[in-house]
Amino acid sequence: MPLEVLVVEDSSGDIRLTREAFRDVNPFIHLEVAHDGVEAMAFLRRQGAHLHAPRPDLILLDLNLPKMDGRQVLAMIKDDDSLKTIPTVILTSSEAEADVLKSYQLQANCYLSKPMHFEAFHGLVKSINDFWLTKVKLPQNEQGDAPELSIHTGPERSPKKSLGTKSLGTRRNNESDRRKRNGH
Amino acid sequence: MALEVLLVEDSPGDVRLTKEAFRTANNNVRLHVATDGVDAMAFLNQEGAYANAPRPDLTLLDLNMPRMDGREVLARIKNDDSLKTIPTVILTTSTADEDIVSSYRLHANCYFSKPVQLEDFESLVKTINDFWLTVAKLPHEDLTAAVVPKDGKSLGE
Repeated sequence: MPLEVLVVEDSSGDIRLTREAFRDVNPFIHLEVAHDGVEAMAFLRRQGAHLHAPRPDLILLDLNLPKMDGRQVLAMIKDDDSLKTIPTVILTSSEAEADVLKSYQLQANCYLSKPMHFEAFHGLVKSINDFWLTKVKLPQNEQGDAPELSIHTGPERSPKKSLGTKSLGTRRNNESDRRKRNGH
Repeated sequence: MALEVLLVEDSPGDVRLTKEAFRTANNNVRLHVATDGVDAMAFLNQEGAYANAPRPDLTLLDLNMPRMDGREVLARIKNDDSLKTIPTVILTTSTADEDIVSSYRLHANCYFSKPVQLEDFESLVKTINDFWLTVAKLPHEDLTAAVVPKDGKSLGE
């Protein structure tokens, strides 16, 4: 099963390097790109052209982006009950202590600074793959739309957030979802 | 500069294995051990016997522990403005999906299940060391505090 990685990055050069590096280190990765923060949120919320967007297993998020910057995207992800479990790694050229600290305050899963040189960048992508996409246990069951998770994960998970379309169980939740959505 | 790692773990066997694995992986790591959640919170809040405890650069947290379990410790760390920036890695025998999801929901930085085989455990500690203590940029609360008063006035104790 391919791993879905969402890269939120405005620099076309960096997008290309990231794509090439992932292609080298792990052919099972399916890379999606959002070019600014607004597009990233539309992708994550499956809005507009992103209606059928997959749920990412990992997000690589730049900080300085047009329209809506990475700090704001991070805050929105980590404040949203259905998105907060997606590991979100800051990948930015900023090495400012204030950016590092602020990102961890906003509950970034980790902070990486982009190296200048191509080989080092390639090595970093390999590290991300070996660590996040190989060794770390990712929240598998929330991939796609398994609404049954809302049963044992407690009251804080609001059913309206599980955008389930292909119900695997808990029809009840899906029906209330549908009702809510139709009501809008 | 030494890197401070807090291991929150009740199994003496696992504590010993982790210590040995860190010794092999990185000489600069100073490993501190808390054997349950209450002990861990006292360490992090520098209370009682831990008045002079260093701020950890990384916390490795087991989930199932006596007195206060890892979920509660994680929730407290990630709800505390001064502690939430400490990367907190879940390291547990549990592979249950609900433990994984609820840990990420509580803002665990990442989740690992402990491998059963010794070599795999050693290699996991090396992986954690190589990524978190070498590749990742860690926050420096102290540094930012020290940077603010450029006029050389007191840091306000």
